[in-house]
Amino acid sequence: MPVSLTVNGKTHSLDLDDDTPLLWAIRDEIGLTGTKFGCGIAQCGACTVFIDGSATRSCVTPIAAVEGAEIVTIEGVSGKPAEAVQAAWNALDVPQCGYCQSGQIMSAVALLSENGKPTDDDIDQAMNGNLCRCATYVRIRAAIHDAAKRMEG
Amino acid sequence: MTLLETNTSRRSFLRGAGAAGLGLVIGFRFEPHGVAGRAAAQNADVFEPNAFIRITPDNIVTIFCKHIEFGQGPFTGFATIIADELDASRDQIQVEHAPADASKYANLFFKIQGTGGSTAMANSWDQLRQAGAEARARLVQAAAEEWGVPSTEITIDGGVLKHASGKQASFGALCQKAAITELKSAATPKTPDQWTYIGKTFPKVDTKPKTNGEAVFTIDVKLPDMLTCVIARPPRFGATPKSFDATAALEVNGVAEVFAVPHGIAVLAKGYWQARKGADALQVEWDESAAETRGSAGIMAHYKELAAKTGQIARNDGDAESALENGATVIEATYSFPYLAHAPLEPNDCVIHRDGDGVELLLGSQLQTIDQMTVAAVLGLKPEQVAIKTMLAGGSFGRRATPASDMAAEAALVLKAAKHQGPIKVIWSREDDIKGGFYRPLFVHKLRGAVDGEGNIVSWDQVIVGQSFVFGSPFEQTLVKHGIDELMVEGASNMEYTIPNLRVSVHREEVGVPTLWWRSVGHTHTAYAVETFLDELAAAAGADELELRRKLLANSPRHLGVLNLVVEKAGWGSPVADGRARGIAVHKSFNTFVAQIAEISKGEDGLPKLEKVWCAVDCGQPINPDVIVAQIQGGVGYGLSGVLYGAIDLEDGRVVQSNFDEYRALRIDEMPEIEVHIVPSTEKPTGIGEPGVPPIGPAVANAWAKLTGQRVKELPFTRGVGNA
Ligand code: FES
Ligand code: FES
Repeated sequence: MPVSLTVNGKTHSLDLDDDTPLLWAIRDEIGLTGTKFGCGIAQCGACTVFIDGSATRSCVTPIAAVEGAEIVTIEGVSGKPAEAVQAAWNALDVPQCGYCQSGQIMSAVALLSENGKPTDDDIDQAMNGNLCRCATYVRIRAAIHDAAKRMEG
Repeated sequence: MTLLETNTSRRSFLRGAGAAGLGLVIGFRFEPHGVAGRAAAQNADVFEPNAFIRITPDNIVTIFCKHIEFGQGPFTGFATIIADELDASRDQIQVEHAPADASKYANLFFKIQGTGGSTAMANSWDQLRQAGAEARARLVQAAAEEWGVPSTEITIDGGVLKHASGKQASFGALCQKAAITELKSAATPKTPDQWTYIGKTFPKVDTKPKTNGEAVFTIDVKLPDMLTCVIARPPRFGATPKSFDATAALEVNGVAEVFAVPHGIAVLAKGYWQARKGADALQVEWDESAAETRGSAGIMAHYKELAAKTGQIARNDGDAESALENGATVIEATYSFPYLAHAPLEPNDCVIHRDGDGVELLLGSQLQTIDQMTVAAVLGLKPEQVAIKTMLAGGSFGRRATPASDMAAEAALVLKAAKHQGPIKVIWSREDDIKGGFYRPLFVHKLRGAVDGEGNIVSWDQVIVGQSFVFGSPFEQTLVKHGIDELMVEGASNMEYTIPNLRVSVHREEVGVPTLWWRSVGHTHTAYAVETFLDELAAAAGADELELRRKLLANSPRHLGVLNLVVEKAGWGSPVADGRARGIAVHKSFNTFVAQIAEISKGEDGLPKLEKVWCAVDCGQPINPDVIVAQIQGGVGYGLSGVLYGAIDLEDGRVVQSNFDEYRALRIDEMPEIEVHIVPSTEKPTGIGEPGVPPIGPAVANAWAKLTGQRVKELPFTRGVGNA
């Protein structure tokens, strides 16, 4: 039975086993590779996407569970918080290797969509599931504050 | 070659790898092969003054970076220097990886193409300035000829050539003419007063694609008819497959074929998930007769026994032994450092496909020349038949610089054995990576020190026990000096503290666990042992740890420079809030000097909680200060991960940890605020990717000792704090 997935507003019918993680459907089948594989067990956040608006680890989300849901990846993320986050990330040159950054950005957008003025503690809590082996954390924190300011303006 | 001669110690890192160990490399002529992008070089409209710069009629300046970009910033470093020499505008610059071609793109310190030892900018500095200056001079001359004016009257501003008459032209408009211009006199690089970007601001060139999902890493490569490969890997190092049953694996949807390679069983499938499922469904029997079956605890205990005796002498000033006997106060300490995985966030991976009469690899290649040669040997090709498209890599920290080219070699082995004739992408899982070896080796240090009646440090004896990954590798001839692997003792044997009786010795043990350089290599353990033991000796001598360092470094001005700067910026000596303490450390690595002060408290989990870190760095002439700041911030974070939490253990030869749930890495709530201060310098640029790592461990440990009275000598802290 093909599974139908709606990613960034486009519906795809995929002939995959039900237990296939959404991550691999997005990357290998749909061909959107901005969403990354870092651990496969919900420990690193590199695979973060939005499912009906909430930030979710796609590596542990079977496709059967998200049929019919609105799935948004880094390639499709939009709106005021997303624009502010991406602008701040660029202004502060946050990325180093860049591999974790799609996931970081998705988590930051989710945070700012809920909380327009996060404190350092809010940020630490919301971003704790996103590993950055390059340790760009100082700039991630600063960029989220910067994005919050941009959203006011 | 002056660059080689003027660079000392660490520069010898791989120097002889090209000259001696890999002498065969030099014999080959590397022809650019199968790299579509280079075809444009034949185009007469294109101005390509040298291997690093191409200017096209669309006014784009493309820079070819010979070093892999994995976050440490060479793309931006190359762009900063060349854009400055050209007076180009920031917007017209784009950077690509250069193809694998050691004849054009050798690391001038290694003589082969490769990145490591924090040498990317240090080896390229003069080369790139000259390359940029020549390109600029030819553009100017082309304009002068076109306009019939003296070239001395032409200026360039933001990528536009101008003359007082009002004439102006872009690089793009002049590139055709510049391409056929020959310089009448040698071009000279700018003087520092003429710099517009170097040492100032030049935003990173690779940020945007890393914020919108567009950046393409190896794992993202898609080629027509490509299959993904997952390899079932042995449970112990040195084991090989004896037999396997692929029945269940072949029933997994999307699995195309299953076959043995020398080190495991390869499963080819439509995508990663199918290949993974297939590999998990395999029944494999392993031949473990040659496998390493020891546990890390046993190895550690053995090392501790060895540490009781002096090893091979790496340094011997005065007479450490009798000075210890005569010392008024003698202290000793034994330190232990576990195996550490690099765990870059992009798992190991490699794409390979047949291309004409050879192959092309797409991978985050850190030692392109060695990857080329290794793959050529596996496939019976000539090295020039192996093209490499270097991809962005999601970190490395040393992992992608394996002398055995593990990722490239196994991709070639898979290609060779597969029925499938199309492209293949090999992907490791995180578990494959954490369990897969190439660790920072396990080390034990035993230190003894003596203080005389006046509080002077009169003796220092350090015995280092560990494993070498240099012996038996192509790097042996360069890095082994007088029978000693420099990388095991660097940071200790060459310490700059003036101590009259100083001995450093080393025992090298053979263990069947593959090991490798891990961001800052030997300094990951030597700096910790040296800088914490020095604090302990200061206490024994009743001396202040800062004053003692100043005294012992009186003849080391650049050490003093960073030490004094960090002290000033942190306000060292002024009162610290209740429940907090500060520690200090200073260390030179990769010809760069870094001092750090860590302010900590005790966290709820009983571990150090980092409140703030101050850093001072002297890496010679700063090229791109913001990249320096970023690398020091990242180095502190990476170092903290290792020191506070990192450990790979073996039980009966099997690796215990498997993923980030068990191999803990630093998270955002554990990352302190970090201030970075750069010492102004006109010395040649030195390394920056690694030197931020070594001082953070000892700075934290020294603060922890003050806060709690406990000196942590067993790493990581998660163990040392409990067991101290
Ligand atoms: S890949 Fe999903 S959390 Fe790491
Ligand atoms: S930027 Fe490299 S892992 Fe985050």
